[in-house]
Amino acid sequence: MDDLLIAGEKFSSRLIMGTGGAPSLEVLDQALVASGTELTTVAMRRLDPGAPGSVLDVLRERGIKVLPNTAGCFTAGEAVLTARLAREALGTNWVKLEVIADERTLLPDPIETFDAAERLVADGFVVLPYIGDDPALARRLELAGCAAVMPLGAPIGSGLGIRNPHNIELIVEAASVPVILDAGIGTASDAALAMELGCDAVLLATAVTRAQRPDLMATAMRAAVQAGRLARQAGRIPRRRYAEASSPTGP
Amino acid sequence: MNVTINGAAHEVPDGTTVAQAILTLTAATTGVAVAVNDEVVTRSAWETTALGDSDRMEVLTAVQGG
Repeated sequence: MDDLLIAGEKFSSRLIMGTGGAPSLEVLDQALVASGTELTTVAMRRLDPGAPGSVLDVLRERGIKVLPNTAGCFTAGEAVLTARLAREALGTNWVKLEVIADERTLLPDPIETFDAAERLVADGFVVLPYIGDDPALARRLELAGCAAVMPLGAPIGSGLGIRNPHNIELIVEAASVPVILDAGIGTASDAALAMELGCDAVLLATAVTRAQRPDLMATAMRAAVQAGRLARQAGRIPRRRYAEASSPTGP
Repeated sequence: MNVTINGAAHEVPDGTTVAQAILTLTAATTGVAVAVNDEVVTRSAWETTALGDSDRMEVLTAVQGG
């Protein structure tokens, strides 16, 4: 499969993993290895001195690049501070910008997200914003200097798949930066569809970490992302209303 | 003087630095970042930044998420 390029950095895997929802670091480790991911998100929280082990140790051990997120932030100001703390703690200027509007839907707040994106780009961050499936906002964030855009397929953790494939296609058509389908993936066919629609990568967590067998689902997702990418590059046949014979029709 | 560290009230001697205050939580400070009153204190400034009365100090690290 061809490399994914984000802000000049190459990744041979187009599956970006999240680490949320795994029942243990051992299960997470097995799933990350099975997924083949090279880029994985973490959240920033208050230090708990009693916490056993660290997700950072798992990522370091496996040589996976860490992508801190700003999950839990409701305002641009909170997100900017969280990104700066992540940069300080983890030594990376990459950030998955996530500013949510409310706890019930966890849908991203477009106004706060755009505000934070502008401030973080100005502060030298490589900004990957999580957004709704809004082609106009995606375009505006690209123009503001974001290194990628990450439209949702459906709400975080919902497993509802890609609710508006048409909008995802519109975002892909207009974008010059990578489009990463983020949130909503439930099973492998959802990830394959994202890639068939032209997304450059898929970010998922819950679909793997809360599956009955996370390592097996991670393997499935890895294969689905590859299959979807190849199908996109191959160019699918047009849909037809009626049959078109594939065998000669004459005698 | 009284300060708040990760939401909990602490009484610390006057002139306590960020570096000293972190030790009340952990000795392992890799992968950790500090903000005092919502401003990041870079690691190189931990030894020289003294806390003031009523300061709010947050000590964050990476956890599973996203």
